[in-house]
Amino acid sequence: MSEEVIIVNNLSKKFGNFTAVDNISFSVKPGEIFGFLGANGAGKSTTIRILCGILSPSSGKAMVAGYDANREAELVKTQIGYMSQKFSLYEDLSVEENIIFYGGIYGLSFAQIEEREKWIIEMTGLAGSEKRLTRELSVGLKQRLALGCAVIHQPKIVFLDEPTSGVDPVFRKNFWELINQFSEQGTTIFVTTHYLDEAEYCNRLMLIHSGRIIAGGSPGELKARYITNPILKVECDKTLEALEILQKEEWVLEGSIFGAYLHIIVREELEAKNKIKEIFSERSISLKRVDRIMPSLEDVFISLIEKEEQSNRL
Amino acid sequence: MFKKLKPIIKKEFRQIVRDRRILAVLLFVPAFLLMMFGYALNFDVKHISLAVYDEDRTPESRNLIEQFIHSEYFDWNYYLNDKKAVDKLLDNEKAKLVIIIPNNFSKKLKRGEGAEVQIIIDGANANTASIISGYVNSIIQNYALKIISEIFQHSKVLRLNIPLEPRARIWYNPELKSAKFLVPGLIAFILMITTVISTSLSIVREKERGTIEQIIVSPIHPIQLIIGKTLPYMLFALVSAYLILTVGYLLFDIEVKGSQFLLFMVTLIYLLAGLGMGIFISTISDSQQVAFQISALITILPTFILSGFVFPIKNMPMFIQVVTYIIPARYFLVAIRGIILKGSGLGAFWKEVVFLLIFNILIFGLSWLRMRKIKI
Repeated sequence: MSEEVIIVNNLSKKFGNFTAVDNISFSVKPGEIFGFLGANGAGKSTTIRILCGILSPSSGKAMVAGYDANREAELVKTQIGYMSQKFSLYEDLSVEENIIFYGGIYGLSFAQIEEREKWIIEMTGLAGSEKRLTRELSVGLKQRLALGCAVIHQPKIVFLDEPTSGVDPVFRKNFWELINQFSEQGTTIFVTTHYLDEAEYCNRLMLIHSGRIIAGGSPGELKARYITNPILKVECDKTLEALEILQKEEWVLEGSIFGAYLHIIVREELEAKNKIKEIFSERSISLKRVDRIMPSLEDVFISLIEKEEQSNRL
Repeated sequence: MFKKLKPIIKKEFRQIVRDRRILAVLLFVPAFLLMMFGYALNFDVKHISLAVYDEDRTPESRNLIEQFIHSEYFDWNYYLNDKKAVDKLLDNEKAKLVIIIPNNFSKKLKRGEGAEVQIIIDGANANTASIISGYVNSIIQNYALKIISEIFQHSKVLRLNIPLEPRARIWYNPELKSAKFLVPGLIAFILMITTVISTSLSIVREKERGTIEQIIVSPIHPIQLIIGKTLPYMLFALVSAYLILTVGYLLFDIEVKGSQFLLFMVTLIYLLAGLGMGIFISTISDSQQVAFQISALITILPTFILSGFVFPIKNMPMFIQVVTYIIPARYFLVAIRGIILKGSGLGAFWKEVVFLLIFNILIFGLSWLRMRKIKI
């Protein structure tokens, strides 16, 4: 018996001529927080839909909780919880009525629903608001309630499709604490996101780009493996012009704009710092500071995607 | 099966009851519409405004005028002294009918020469005009017969019996009230609109808000979802149908002459047609707005015009008649008018029931195909 709760082998999904998911393979261990990272339209949602048994793959196979997601979809559905960015709650029903409804469609008994309701109310901090209509809740509370409803039947695996989009940062942090608790209790979390700061919370990540997996590993591994050269954060004016000039230099491996700064990956730190100063004074670009920084996942991601695009062009 | 339907049915009930607007649309608007239509959509022609220009001013001419006043159809509003006023009254629609009695009227009558009376009818509404013309003809002919028989009686030469006399009896709606004819049609009209709109909106709303996605990833089958969702609407529609019947009884004295059971069954089959249409619309629209527009478009006018509700199908051009075959109300109307007004049994409209059932199979089949293709 294999230990993994999700096993994906050579999975592809085509919509007409468009390949949404292109021959991907990966596996997820029990209790893991598994992050599926990619831009909008990269194939994240398609993959999740195949794993949840609501979309058939064009080829390849996905096993979820020991069942074939395509042929045994009905069995898969009893083992998984799913929450999308839309927080699928009935806004015209009260908190309690939403819980009762979702408990009901998962076939829980009255006693079970009561017990789970207590748990959800406690987990979401909605004590005293059981009779309030869901539409009156804040986005953060809705999100928690939606999560509670998605796990009401205590599934082995929880799929979260962009669970934090549109939620403010404080709630996002709280939300991830909750997710961590679930994972500690042994629930497997499969989460898609395009917030790269959130990806740091994951045990393991897969980067997906145009339907293909381009890298995978823990956040630390990804940073160490893919960015070995130093990264400099450059604070200057005329950032666009500065970037164009620097990208022409042979000692600059990569460069991109991050907000008001430039991030450039260079061959060697000291050499680069001196050269930047030289060039900028020649071109009369005023330089405020240059620092070496720790690579973030965002650096990794951008660097990987740029390489991918280059190899596609070749 | 029922265990899984229960939470959906309960939820849907809660949503309907909570949303006062939907509740109103389902229950009270139909009865209200019936009152409005029942009183306003009236083809009875009564209280016809009458103007008289009597140049003759003799007992004979006054006698003729009295014939009109004594019938219940006319209101004698104007007595003219001037021929010019006639045009004005007709132009302003103050009078629908003008009777002009020339000054030689009584003389000609006495001489037996055949007197003439000029009748002017406002023909703007062809329907009303032809009815008025019918009333006028029969009043004048009766009056003429009366004069002839009086003459013969006075002469004592011979007794005369009028050789032919029609004795018309009108069945099913003896007072010829148009409400009686309209109420069954209204039930068909109102039920179709409310069921199609409410079911299509309730399903599309789940699509729009993304809640349907949450249900698809649960062990509930989409078919279970749809059955669970539509059952409450069906129930409300039935309640609504009986409310209409009650209002029809209280306000328009319409009693169900036929079998209540048959009425219930036929109504149920008809409601299923509406639900099927609603479900089909929800499979082809992504927003409530689109669903509402399509629902309104394919129910309101076709059910009003093409079902035989107001306009007889037999008078329509062949091409339009063909179109009416896909209007479920067309079949239901025959059945429900039969049951309510004539007390007819299944034998009188079994063909219509079969057509309705075929329509249901087709519309549910189509929806099923659409749903499988898109997984909702």
